[in-house]
Amino acid sequence: MKCCVLVAYVPDTASIIKIGSAGNRIDEGGIKWIISPYDEFALEEAIRIKEARGGEVTVITYAPERGSTGLRECLARGADHAVHVVGGEATFGDSYAIARVLAAAVQKTGPFDLILCGIKGVGSDASLVGAMVAELLDLPHVSGVVKLELGDGSLTAQRDVEGGTEVFTSPLPCLLATHKGLNEPRYPSLKGIMAAKKVPIQTFKPADLGVDEAELAGAGATTRWVKLELPPAKASGTILKGEEDPAAAARELVRLLREEAKAI
Amino acid sequence: MGCILTFVEQRGGVPRKASLEALSQARRVAQGAGWSVCAVLVGYGVKDKAADLGAWGAQTVYVADEERLALFSAEGYAAAIVAAAEVCPPSAIFMAATITGKDLSGRVAARLGTGCLADVVAVSLAGEKIQAVRPVYSGKALATVEGWSSKPVVVTLRPNVFAAEAGGGVAQVVDLPPVEAKIRSKVIEVKAAEGGELDVAEADIIVSGGRGLKAAENFALIRSLAQPLGAAVGASRAVVDAGWIAHKHQVGQTGKVVSPSLYIACGISGAIQHLAGMSSSKVIVAINKDPEAPIFKVADYGVIGDLFQVIPPMVEEIKRLKQE
Repeated sequence: MKCCVLVAYVPDTASIIKIGSAGNRIDEGGIKWIISPYDEFALEEAIRIKEARGGEVTVITYAPERGSTGLRECLARGADHAVHVVGGEATFGDSYAIARVLAAAVQKTGPFDLILCGIKGVGSDASLVGAMVAELLDLPHVSGVVKLELGDGSLTAQRDVEGGTEVFTSPLPCLLATHKGLNEPRYPSLKGIMAAKKVPIQTFKPADLGVDEAELAGAGATTRWVKLELPPAKASGTILKGEEDPAAAARELVRLLREEAKAI
Repeated sequence: MGCILTFVEQRGGVPRKASLEALSQARRVAQGAGWSVCAVLVGYGVKDKAADLGAWGAQTVYVADEERLALFSAEGYAAAIVAAAEVCPPSAIFMAATITGKDLSGRVAARLGTGCLADVVAVSLAGEKIQAVRPVYSGKALATVEGWSSKPVVVTLRPNVFAAEAGGGVAQVVDLPPVEAKIRSKVIEVKAAEGGELDVAEADIIVSGGRGLKAAENFALIRSLAQPLGAAVGASRAVVDAGWIAHKHQVGQTGKVVSPSLYIACGISGAIQHLAGMSSSKVIVAINKDPEAPIFKVADYGVIGDLFQVIPPMVEEIKRLKQE
């Protein structure tokens, strides 16, 4: 089975976010970059499918130069091939533009039986690219997968929704956007890290895939980030000391919530 | 004249609250610009409820009522929304940023060759463009974003942020032709959560527990506080990873991002990833032994103390007040 995993290379979730000088991007100084945590579930699932059924795993990223570090890590965890579409600065924040580039990369390097990606790239937090890539490639998709069973030419998947669980079926090929709970991603082994260094990374510019990045970022842009701000600082709250008389503090808290905040 | 088309999610024919919030906001945005408001309702056996959406401001309600749309499929539902958009045709398409809405928005946008402003907490019209504010980097920053396409931009609105306000009159109901789309991936079964447990993403009040609970069984204490408040039970990543409670309860960067009217964090120190998931709550309460815990920096109210000694008298007091 041939699996493709789309990965985003994003600021570490523990990063302190500062606004960059352009006013609509973060300051990238001092940022540590990681594979988006949800993409780790996608990669892990693809590797498990390969281990169980044979086949191969191709990872694709659309990122500036630094993205190759993320691809090396994917290779170290068990991916067989890595594809780097170098770019993404100009189309930043426009999920449809990103989906168009990724869809073109999948077309160039496929066909695949299964395409996996995380439910969202942490940072832009839009949860759009998976479904958009599926639509552009005329594939079915299931978004938010927490459980997966592969059959012969089809799959059953589950996702959590508000107040319950939905069970999906889909024929293959299919795109799956993975969520936490699907699996427990592995760490790269030392052997994997060493082996990954020898694997060549296939590099493309968007133009090599028939995509005009300047057009996507210009006349073809669909959404833009015009301003980025830090949330307003919060006024300090009313903090009660409850070490000596916890019951009195508890009653006072309930009174404040009822009478002042009108929250209960 | 422009128009905002709002996709209204329903369960058993009843529109979801988050969708009524989106429809109300569509009305507010449209009013300022002299635009009209339309809605699209998709499902099976839902048509007789369609006219009711007039009371929420929809002037026209497009209905796709078919057996093959009884259960969700991204392809089928997207086809219905796109069919409504062809008749309407809208300047923008709104939907609630629920699990379903987030799933559909990408497919609808790509099918129309346009973009999406996802999970917004404010949306207005800036000249001819739809402008919105959305939390990014899990709420560590706020991005002002705009639709730039010549085609209608899709906007998903975060639940519990926009007021649902009735207002309007009688809607005209328009049947959509049967959806011709191929439906490949589809829901075949919906399992309700055990015990009808309230979901954190939908709750108006959330009581969350963290490592300060010391053991899985002590979540009973969190539930004892949640119960009289009618609150959902949330959790920090640490206790979900420890297996004390299921992942669907997790609030934060790799869990759910929530904005209830009241969030009570018990024994949660407030790691940056957790704060990212709940800092847009309207009122935040922290109960923690450690006065230096970062959670107190975002709290509107707090008690420095042992949650095992603070929560039981809180429960007693709340029950007493409820009886009054």
